[in-house]
Amino acid sequence: MVELAGVTKDFVDGARTVRAVDDVSLEVRRGEVFGVIGSSGAGKSTLVRLVNALERPTSGTVTVAGTTISGLPERRLREVRAGIGFVFQQFNLLSSRTVAGNVAYPLAVAGWPAARRRARVGELLDFVGLADQADRRPGQLSGGQKQRVGIARALATSPALLLADEATSALDPQTTKDVLDLLRRVNTELGVTIVLITHEMSVVSYLAQRVAVMDAGRVVELGDVYDLFAAPREPLTRRFIGSALHHRPRPDVVDRLRTRHAGRLVTVAVAEHRATTTFLADRWLAHGLRAEIVFGGLTEVDARPLGSLTFELVGPGDAVDAALAEVRARTEVVDHGTAADPRDGDL
Amino acid sequence: MDWNELGPSFTLAVGQTLYMTSISLVVGGVLGLALGVALVVTKPRGLWPHRGVAVVLNILVNAVRPIPFLIFVTAIQPVAIALAGTSFGPNYAVVAMSLMATFGTSRIVEQTLVALDPGVVEAARAMGAGRLRTIVTVVIPEALGPLILGYTFLFVAIVDMSAVVGAVAGGGLGQFALTYGYQRYDYAVTWIAVAAIVLIVQLAQLLGNTLARRVLRR
Repeated sequence: MVELAGVTKDFVDGARTVRAVDDVSLEVRRGEVFGVIGSSGAGKSTLVRLVNALERPTSGTVTVAGTTISGLPERRLREVRAGIGFVFQQFNLLSSRTVAGNVAYPLAVAGWPAARRRARVGELLDFVGLADQADRRPGQLSGGQKQRVGIARALATSPALLLADEATSALDPQTTKDVLDLLRRVNTELGVTIVLITHEMSVVSYLAQRVAVMDAGRVVELGDVYDLFAAPREPLTRRFIGSALHHRPRPDVVDRLRTRHAGRLVTVAVAEHRATTTFLADRWLAHGLRAEIVFGGLTEVDARPLGSLTFELVGPGDAVDAALAEVRARTEVVDHGTAADPRDGDL
Repeated sequence: MDWNELGPSFTLAVGQTLYMTSISLVVGGVLGLALGVALVVTKPRGLWPHRGVAVVLNILVNAVRPIPFLIFVTAIQPVAIALAGTSFGPNYAVVAMSLMATFGTSRIVEQTLVALDPGVVEAARAMGAGRLRTIVTVVIPEALGPLILGYTFLFVAIVDMSAVVGAVAGGGLGQFALTYGYQRYDYAVTWIAVAAIVLIVQLAQLLGNTLARRVLRR
């Protein structure tokens, strides 16, 4: 759907040249939700603007739906842009128009006759649940409603690709979830491919199947969201995941656990296929250990279970070691030792 | 003061002032809007970034605007005569007024448009709108409220100009006040002219404020 090959973008600011995107190559597959995560200034917003040709690459090629758009003249780029939906962090609704007028704008640009425009606007407002707000002004809407209008507007011309640039970053948690659910419907019910720009890993884990982690203009890690969460390679990726998952005990939590529990404390990463809770229970039982869950949690990433559990294991020391060796062969284990013999598990 | 003598002159003068100010507002407003938009879009991050054009336009506007209007009227007299076909009266005066109004408007338009949220422009472009369409259907409508207030401000400046042209036989309330008030030492006549101008300005300001409020409330 989207293919970037060796894409670099420099901004010249007086005598200074800033490289916003640095040699990025990636492919977004038709029908998927592709996340791009990074801190502010990592180049994500520039990257997504290269995809809909609001910016032109300094070098490299951008291909959208089989058309290489880098190098096309402005007139052709307009057609390309009209065929790609764009959702903004700050909504960017036209305050001089009503809700219906905003949604109708891209249709007017595309030259739709007024009657068809009206019918299509009705459909879209129904889809985003704002049919009763058609005649209101953007200024009268809440943030979540504004973004729904933004999404309806982005979908007006039935694009196959939707770019969402921090679409939920200006919203509160509940509204964020509503808007993400709406985007999920856009993906599953309408089959629209979505590129999701965000600095929040929770947004990626909620919606995306694959994700690229960006840092200083480069893609430092790219893969299935689930695999990335289960086994991150880069420290930056680990940091982003840490902000989305709170299942691993911090050092001060471990200290408190040791005061409450005398047995061996271990934190085990739980992931589909590799280490399920059933697998863990079986291992403890096989070695005659008594196991108690003292910390942790499980969640869903890309609709698959993931998390980490901290156990207190009580039993003979060599039995514990034997059980841990078997578990360690399948998943990540952090051994905190016992209260009497603490170990510095490196998390 | 003999109102039977001055009445017809006063009515004529009010008519001439309204005529000159409205023509100047329309001509200067439209040309100034175009020039102001040109000043904005040619900026480095504008819709049509062009360093050369931007520099030339800025020098032009900066050169004309500080010229005292009384001197400007006399300086462009050949142009005014060529365009109006006469060297006195409202049609002659309106040339200089429209020109000066154009340059004044351009800066007001520029100031208003640079304050516009660049996000809406980007949104329009992302939806495939061309640059001209973006200016006409997004940039100007989104800035309409402040633009109306800017034009109201401009109207007051034009009324001021309409009085100045009275000194060079341009007609209007300025000339009325100078001829029948100042030169005859008849303050009452001058004050009547002042009252008429104040009334025109007040009405214009009221209209501008009302329109702007209606646009901004949404």
